[in-house]
Amino acid sequence: MSTGAVTAGTVDARGGARRLRRRIMSGVMTGVVCALCFIAVLALFLILGDLIRKGASSLDWNFFVKNPAPAGQAGGGVANAIVGTAIIVGLASVIGLPIGIGTGLYLAEFGSGRFGWIVRFVADVMNGTPSIVVGIFAWTWLVKPMGHFSALAGGVSLAVLMIPMIARTSEEMIRLVPHSLREAALALGYPRWRTSLHVIVRTALAGIVTGALVGVARIAGETAPLLFTALGNLNFSTNVLQPMQALSLQIFTYATGPFEDWHRLAWAAALVLMGLVLVLALSARWAIRQYRAGR
Amino acid sequence: MTALPTEPVPAPLPFEDQLPTQPEPRRRGVTNLGDRLYQATLSVLALMLPLVLATLVGLLIINAGPSLKRFGFHFLWTSVWDPVAGEFGAAPMIFGTVASSFLALLLAVPLSLGVSVFLTEFAPKWLRAPVAFTVELLAAIPSVVYGLWGIFVLIPFLRTFVVPPLRHVLGWTPFLSGVFYGNSLLAGAVILAIMIVPYIAAVSREVLLAVPSSQREAALGMGATRWEAVWTAVIPYGRAGLIGAVILGLGRALGETMAVTMVIGNRHDIGLSVLGPAYTMAAAIANEFSEATTNLYLSALFEVGLVLFVITVCVNALARLLIWQVARGTAVGSRAL
Repeated sequence: MSTGAVTAGTVDARGGARRLRRRIMSGVMTGVVCALCFIAVLALFLILGDLIRKGASSLDWNFFVKNPAPAGQAGGGVANAIVGTAIIVGLASVIGLPIGIGTGLYLAEFGSGRFGWIVRFVADVMNGTPSIVVGIFAWTWLVKPMGHFSALAGGVSLAVLMIPMIARTSEEMIRLVPHSLREAALALGYPRWRTSLHVIVRTALAGIVTGALVGVARIAGETAPLLFTALGNLNFSTNVLQPMQALSLQIFTYATGPFEDWHRLAWAAALVLMGLVLVLALSARWAIRQYRAGR
Repeated sequence: MTALPTEPVPAPLPFEDQLPTQPEPRRRGVTNLGDRLYQATLSVLALMLPLVLATLVGLLIINAGPSLKRFGFHFLWTSVWDPVAGEFGAAPMIFGTVASSFLALLLAVPLSLGVSVFLTEFAPKWLRAPVAFTVELLAAIPSVVYGLWGIFVLIPFLRTFVVPPLRHVLGWTPFLSGVFYGNSLLAGAVILAIMIVPYIAAVSREVLLAVPSSQREAALGMGATRWEAVWTAVIPYGRAGLIGAVILGLGRALGETMAVTMVIGNRHDIGLSVLGPAYTMAAAIANEFSEATTNLYLSALFEVGLVLFVITVCVNALARLLIWQVARGTAVGSRAL
């Protein structure tokens, strides 16, 4: 009611003050979002910095070639865990990549119907499934019937985590291939399967590789699904039907253990694991840039 | 009227009725053996995922059977967890899971929305991609590494620099009472917050990028400041998607296992104080699954897993629906690491 009675003069004065307030507000909020973003970036560098500071000094020859020393004794390395991670992640990739990429190819090529919708929905649901739930699932499915823990069960549980992720990214990458390429191939008389494999997949290969790398990077550091499947192993083992150590399991044991020397090794193992994951993530980044540049 | 020039009617081709008729339209993808084989192979591969999910749900329900039968819905709100007496109630874990996740959201939402708004609206062009990538790298750090960092860096930091001043200001509330031993709800929530920032930031950034620039231009054209354009035109447009991004982060936080297990203290207890130890569903499974000696104990843990699974599926489905409203049909967030 009173606003209707203001004179032209007060409107001007108020307008000026308000304009100033609005501009200050805008500046302040710009600063706030900038600061928030800075905090998030800072968190990454703090964590990476601590990893290097506390882990690098323990990285020596012994660390990579020796097996763990008996509990409480100094020295020893994590050779068994490094080899174990490689084997378990390799198993997961051998199982997960064909299924994941095949599913992605199906979704991109034939996935317009109801079945495609269901598969897509299932993939999204499984992408959000807690990894520990996948762990106990693999335990009931593989460990319990076999009667003992095994690296194979660990690999399968990681593959289950990996498939939905890879399916969705490779679908998206294959969809980026221009339609004209497909039409050109079909017009030349290629059957659909050859068009798909020789033209579409070959064109989208860099993108598919990116998806695969991201998927492998994601599962390489997983711990929860391995707790009741690969279990861990104090000795060097390459038998996939027996329990096997992995870097992530080793970090968990050492970090929560009571010995100073274990903590030291946990930091070093974490640095190695982080390095592995970073290399995978960065090469994925590089591959996607190649791919998008080619589009 | 009749003088209008008309198109010459093409004379009927001779012997038109003798030309071969058009072949029957063939159905897509089933033209020859190779195509049929190809589609069949891919279908079988695509069928794996639904099969695995069905098996997973089936096995969880079967294995949770004894506990489901024995405790029914009481399981969800009783808080006795006594493996020796065979009494199980998941209330403390459900409380701990929900409390730690919401505390984490409280910290992570401003942070990640700040990141996404800064990156889409304010940051100079050259800065956007590197910063976005850096934040996404937070998602690449393995959970167990977060746990390690939490034990040896974050908890000492909280003890020295965060808890004393917090106590000083808010010590009279029940939320900050009791002794701070380190492993606590607070430590779990802070770790979770750092872990979910990249997810919320990546999805909300994609949502904000999907807002048409005409929204911004219209607001700026009417004299709005840059912040007002963001606040009044961009954010409301993408609201559903932003809420979806936050809920997606919530889903991540609910199911997160290792880092939380390592710092939250693992005690079956419902306490209001964030400085006290707590428990989450995922942590309980991780800690107790291999020690579960009786069938009922194991079954109770499976029921915990089932509850956790159902909650995360609901939360994720809700998030997807909200995000699809803004960015229809695309797998938003899959481009994030």
